Amino acid sequence: MAEYEKPLPRQADPALTQPFWDAAKRHELILPRCFQCSRHFWYPRQACPHCLSPDWEWTKASGRGRLHTYTIVRQPQNPAFNDDVPYAYAMVQLNEGVRMISNLVDVEVPDGVRIDMELEVTFEDVTEEWTLPRFRPAS
Amino acid sequence: MSIRGKAAIVGFSELPTLRQYGERSTTGLLAEVARGAIRDAGMRKDDIDGVINREDVNSLELCEALGITPRYTSSMTVHGASGAASILTAAMAVASGVASNVLCMLGQSRPASATRLEAGAGARGGGGPANILTEWEAPFGTVVAANGGYGMIKARHMHEFGTTQEQFAKCAVDQRFNALKNENGLWKDPITIDDVLNSRFVNDPLHLLECVMPCSGANAVIVTSAERARALPNPPVYILGVGGPATSHSVVWQNESITTTPVVQSAPVALQMAEYSARDIEFAQFYDCYTILAMMCLEDAGICAKGEIGAFYESTDTTYAGEFPINTDGGQISAGQPGGGAGGFRHVVEATRQVMGRAGERQVKKGDLCLVNG
Ligand SMILES: [Zn+2]
Repeated sequence: MAEYEKPLPRQADPALTQPFWDAAKRHELILPRCFQCSRHFWYPRQACPHCLSPDWEWTKASGRGRLHTYTIVRQPQNPAFNDDVPYAYAMVQLNEGVRMISNLVDVEVPDGVRIDMELEVTFEDVTEEWTLPRFRPAS
Repeated sequence: MSIRGKAAIVGFSELPTLRQYGERSTTGLLAEVARGAIRDAGMRKDDIDGVINREDVNSLELCEALGITPRYTSSMTVHGASGAASILTAAMAVASGVASNVLCMLGQSRPASATRLEAGAGARGGGGPANILTEWEAPFGTVVAANGGYGMIKARHMHEFGTTQEQFAKCAVDQRFNALKNENGLWKDPITIDDVLNSRFVNDPLHLLECVMPCSGANAVIVTSAERARALPNPPVYILGVGGPATSHSVVWQNESITTTPVVQSAPVALQMAEYSARDIEFAQFYDCYTILAMMCLEDAGICAKGEIGAFYESTDTTYAGEFPINTDGGQISAGQPGGGAGGFRHVVEATRQVMGRAGERQVKKGDLCLVNG
């Protein structure tokens, strides 16, 4: 396997976010949900951004959502992505009400990409240590 | 307590916007532009007792370089909005008596080595200190500069409101027309709608000619009280209302409505203080790192209804000669975006120039009441 040269997730607070990456490695998508107000939030942080409660738990997500918006990348910030252009950099609205950044796969770029198209998560094991969640058109 | 009309801009200076200023330092550019503004206001260095700049350079270093001993100083940042925000702070300082004559200055001499590859070492490219960008964005191949976020916002605006590529292009074309009469601007050739549409996608749906070019330059203004302003040589540009910049989001995907800007909060505060409505505004200088941002902010300020900015541009001549002039110096898109926040500050400087009646060939016909967004 060729060395993976693209940036891997670098964590400011590994104690806080490691469960997400561990779940991704198991090909599971999990999200923080607040005990106090019951709402999901993204990204993981010390306290719920809706009600500031520090009591929250990781919950299994549906893995389904819609394409909120996207851009077709032709000039990546990091040159390690240069061979992939054009590719779809996506803002995904999950059914749980949160948004995350990812990529679209299994879709023709740019012609097959439509805002609000239904998506489902899929996982790519980019290294032995790291797995990234990506999204494809829902089956 | 309202600060309506209690402070005024009484002098300004702007260095030409260039790609590079060679070996010159940022502090050197700021010192030159500060001297220009102080002279333009009919003041002497020792009259200045307040200094506001952006965090890129420590204001104490600037005060020392200029030989100014301030009663109030601040090296602040609200990023691109820092220039407009400096006017808010200066007006509050003057109205409260904390300072009498405040020098606001922003600028940068961009290093020749500021390449895309070096920038790639930053958080957006996965480098630098770990933060939410290095964990939740960079692994997915972020776009260079701020182009990615604005490309996504533009795509969503087109989807929600049916805004067309031609309508975005009209914004860039009108601003280029204005830039042709700006001796300090970067671009000297006219462009057409087709030129914009045929320019390459930096990232779809964002065309190259809808984006700013990072540049070097500096600008400065002097803010003083309304009473002192009346005794000074320039016609005072009264600050009638100010609304603070407010957003809690450092990444676009955290914003509940990505097609809504913080102007929905700041414009009503400024207009209410000024005792005018958006319909009274005669012309506008609006932050324009990209066409999409200027256009959304104009909507959120109430210049037209939400979602109708495309139709507004299509039916309105927004050049300096038109019925509702916008970004009469070409804005950042066509006059360039000097770093250190000077790009956003050019909107304040151009508003000042127009209200003073000193805009020369690009002077607007009705130039008393300007809405500025930084
Ligand atoms: Zn909560």
